[in-house]
Amino acid sequence: MTTTTIDPPAAAAARRGLSDRGWYWLFVAPALIAMVVFYIWPLVQIFGISFTEPEFGLGNYAALVESRPIQTSLVITFRVAAVTTLLCLVLGYMVSYAIYNAQHRMVGVMLALVLLPFWISVLIRSFAWIVLLGRSGVVNDSLIALGLIEKPIAMMHNEFGVVLAMVHVMLPFAVLPMMANMKGINRAYVDAARGLGASEFGAFWHVYLPQTKPGILSAALLVFVLSLGFYITPALLGGGRVLMISEYITYQIQELLRWGVGSMLSVTLLVMTAVVILAAARFVNLRKALLERG
Amino acid sequence: MSEMPIQPLLHVREATKRYGEVRALDGVSLEIGDGEFLTLLGPSGSGKTTLLTAIAGFTELDAGSLTLGGTEITQMPPDKRDFGMVFQGYALFPTMTVAKNIAFPLKIRKWSRADIDRRVKECLALVQMEDYAERMPSQLSGGQQQRVALARALSFHPKVLLLDEPLSALDKKLRADLQWELKDLHRKIGVTFIYVTHDQEEALSMSDRIVILESGRIQQIGEPDELYAHPRTSFVADFLGKSNFFEVTVRGAGAGQVTCTAGEVEMQVQQRNGAAAPAAGRTARVALRPERVRLGPCGSERFSGTIRQHSYLGERSQVIVENEALGRVLVSCPTWKSQVELRQGQPISFGWDDDAPILLDDA
Repeated sequence: MTTTTIDPPAAAAARRGLSDRGWYWLFVAPALIAMVVFYIWPLVQIFGISFTEPEFGLGNYAALVESRPIQTSLVITFRVAAVTTLLCLVLGYMVSYAIYNAQHRMVGVMLALVLLPFWISVLIRSFAWIVLLGRSGVVNDSLIALGLIEKPIAMMHNEFGVVLAMVHVMLPFAVLPMMANMKGINRAYVDAARGLGASEFGAFWHVYLPQTKPGILSAALLVFVLSLGFYITPALLGGGRVLMISEYITYQIQELLRWGVGSMLSVTLLVMTAVVILAAARFVNLRKALLERG
Repeated sequence: MSEMPIQPLLHVREATKRYGEVRALDGVSLEIGDGEFLTLLGPSGSGKTTLLTAIAGFTELDAGSLTLGGTEITQMPPDKRDFGMVFQGYALFPTMTVAKNIAFPLKIRKWSRADIDRRVKECLALVQMEDYAERMPSQLSGGQQQRVALARALSFHPKVLLLDEPLSALDKKLRADLQWELKDLHRKIGVTFIYVTHDQEEALSMSDRIVILESGRIQQIGEPDELYAHPRTSFVADFLGKSNFFEVTVRGAGAGQVTCTAGEVEMQVQQRNGAAAPAAGRTARVALRPERVRLGPCGSERFSGTIRQHSYLGERSQVIVENEALGRVLVSCPTWKSQVELRQGQPISFGWDDDAPILLDDA
């Protein structure tokens, strides 16, 4: 930088062109301003409210140790997120592996099938699960018609239904990072392992699987973090009985107008998510995991 | 074809492999001796790598069979064959240290910890990599990776070591050094080496025998000097070293010598040992090695010609001489004893001994 003037950027640009740095800030500014006004500032306010409503102090945070419903909701949230993550990893790994070991002309079709759900609203997909899993839903009706059961089984408004639908929604988020990872793995390593005496499974276990660890970890992180704060699917499939933390927050604010507790839980969720990410950062290259996908 | 040097270990019979319309292997039969250093040599697409991967068990043959010491192994999966393999690009496992890489085949074979540790040390010493046991493969140079791949492939005492262009990724000087080392290693451990390369110099310098492949077929098998001195086809004569070719008509034959005419020029031609004498009047093709052609001052040799082009290569010069009857003739002469000045357009005299031209089988 040679000279710095306090002209407004546009005027300066018009007069003699901006420096590279000037252009950089000009391009970044709109997004940055929007972020600060509509995201950072409200977040700061939420943070403030959690300490000031209804009165100044740590009163809201005391609920974390005192309130059974809040503790239950937090436990459910972590349990559902963990189970969802685990299932997504297993299923997603199988799908990714199948795609990269399938015949070439099938790869496109299989990829499309993975990405297809992305183009349909989560809301629609969740309602579709309700149609399938309800008391007189497609699955129950079919099972009864086949004489396999006499009374409908409760397949939703419980954790089973929530996890099932969430796995469906989250699966692409698990498949994509793992696929990106597998894409970079040379087939020659598995051949080499076979040539050195390893069985098919041995070659997979000792040579292929360790190389997919980065993909597994970033998929786990992505799915787990998204699941922690997920709202629509648990709200619809849980039917108020599987109260995950985001639905609990909505309930506090919309029904009970308890902004203090709602804000406190939001801050808690934010902190917990940050802790998970920071913990994961010890094992995963976050920049690679979250920014340089597929 | 030369005699089998030692007891045959591996038999390849009528191996055939098609990829769509292309025949990668077309009825290849071969015997490989115990302890032999055998090289599969050919241009890309000749089937040499397919043959190697078929022996390794990665490529399933459409027809034909493989036997190892009398046991049929055609259908045996690669991990049961107990062959060591060094891959092109080495394929060292990136998540394991050098020592773990070398220990891998031993761990799979359920060796004891103590035995594994001892053997890994031995193998590292064998390839002079003792100081690198705890490095990751990504921290090694190409030459070092190559040594580790070799150690890993040899650690479990395989009966056969398969090498797929192991030196092709290295620079020229390093390649030459490693050629000596590989040859040395082969002598030291006595394991059968089957070596794939497209580099004729590599093949000539290291092998006990060379198999020359083209379009999925064996062109010729033999010891390096035998193949070089007595190529059977123009492909071999041109792929292994360089050759001048003349189309000739056979005039008469006797005692390993054949008299031919190329246009107006009469020449004596060498015949391979044991080959049947060709009938008079038949057309044939003759190969002449560039280094067998002598250059001299005008009048000193049988033919006269003009220098069309020459390039100086340090130890040798390549010269293209043009003669009215013979056309262009490539000559390779040592620079240290050149009696004539090599200049474009200069008239020159050239000739060769009667045992230099070789009669080829293909017309």
